[in-house]
Amino acid sequence: MANGETENDLRGLNEDDSIVCRCEEVAMSEVRKWIAGGYDTPDELKRLLRVGMGPCQGRGCREIILREISSMTGVPVSEIPPGRIRPPAKPVKISLVARDYTGGDGR
Amino acid sequence: MSWKKTADAVVVGGGMMGMATAYYLKKIGLKDVALVEKNTPASGSTGRCAASFRAQWGGALNITLGKACIDRFEHLAEHLGVDMDIQLYQNGYLLVAYTERQFEQFKKNVELQNSMGVTSKLLNHSEALEICPGIEVSDAVGFSYYKRDGHADPMITNFAYCEAARGIGVRIEKFTGVVGFKVDCDSVRGVVTDRGPIDTDTVVNAAGPWAGRVGALAGLNIPVKGERHELMVTEPVDWGVCPTMLMSFEPDYYMFQRPHGSILAGCGPSRYRREAGPFDDYQMGASWNFMEHMAGHVNKLIPRARGVRIVRQWSGMYDITPDLQPVIGESDELKGFWVNVSGARGFMFGPVAGEMVAEKIVNGHTSLPIDEFHWRRYAEGRFLVEPSVA
Repeated sequence: MANGETENDLRGLNEDDSIVCRCEEVAMSEVRKWIAGGYDTPDELKRLLRVGMGPCQGRGCREIILREISSMTGVPVSEIPPGRIRPPAKPVKISLVARDYTGGDGR
Repeated sequence: MSWKKTADAVVVGGGMMGMATAYYLKKIGLKDVALVEKNTPASGSTGRCAASFRAQWGGALNITLGKACIDRFEHLAEHLGVDMDIQLYQNGYLLVAYTERQFEQFKKNVELQNSMGVTSKLLNHSEALEICPGIEVSDAVGFSYYKRDGHADPMITNFAYCEAARGIGVRIEKFTGVVGFKVDCDSVRGVVTDRGPIDTDTVVNAAGPWAGRVGALAGLNIPVKGERHELMVTEPVDWGVCPTMLMSFEPDYYMFQRPHGSILAGCGPSRYRREAGPFDDYQMGASWNFMEHMAGHVNKLIPRARGVRIVRQWSGMYDITPDLQPVIGESDELKGFWVNVSGARGFMFGPVAGEMVAEKIVNGHTSLPIDEFHWRRYAEGRFLVEPSVA
């Protein structure tokens, strides 16, 4: 019963309002608007909307955006330039990287 | 997609310089303007830059252009008629001098700036700390500051020009690389791209760090090289960590907080790269040496940022010219072949330099002086002197 309710709830959602990039709070409608305007690569959408620029660095939205570009343009995902994944692999505190760090608060 | 084989002008490069040039060429009067970009707009230097702008230069030409660009950035969306927020933020550059010699130069700069209507001023330590509280600059000698200097979002600004240009009919061809030029005696007759040729009598090479390579395809020696500069950015945090552009030329660093909360920090390569300059780079990428070096600067200068996390580091190319000044004008050897290269300030100068080049091409004269930026100065043994670069 509980499962059935969840399914119904999901069906009632408007996909356009769904948040694609949770770090930067970007909705699917925004992404779709700009893909339709010719910004049809992950790099362009990232630069325009900041999708994938937050703390998770695109882990949550990369695949969704690639699929959406593919479904709107008809170009297979494998042929869309995927954009660069940049270091560091995980967010790291400035104090931990700093060469001459000698202690104090902020650790 | 259809491919149109003629144009009144073809601009090479979809960064700020190229996009602005294409926009103004069309706006000022050419009918048919095309822009070719080998990747996507804002993918080269502009989309990777720190996107700051200033009038605090040491040379009169740069002060004139810097001030004109600030005037334009302050009203850019209305100027272009686009509904895009370039996320302008103006709370000055706080320039830090660490030696008496640097501070003497700041005094001269401020005097010249003031005489040209730029109301910059010299600050002492307590005044500097009022603007950027909590920073550790006790080893500095003095500061200069101009409130209208600031920063914006480079990518949205670049795309704003892109949307405005497209809106008035400029053809923007992305993923279109230049592979050669058609030349007839001493005049350019067309651009050959990897998607087909476009016949035209006017070409503007706005390829930034790649402008030397593009020029070579036309048999020209344009004195521009690439130099990789790196940046890093933190997670967004509460406002006020670094509410001004904190910058020094020696040692070379800059850091600031965007309205959105992230702290950006970067510097030139001389302090952390093991090999010696001059560099001739065409590879992007990111290095640990930079990250460690830059984190050290932030760690020292902004103690309260120590616990903030770095989420990303990347790099971009500076377009380096022999005197680190713009290279702008029509080739003396090849009629119709124009160059619009900023000398590593394409974001800052693009909105005005693009308009000036367009004015020169369409009207034959410009409303601001740019003739001194012609690269024939090098052959004549003249270098433009600008003390306020790192």
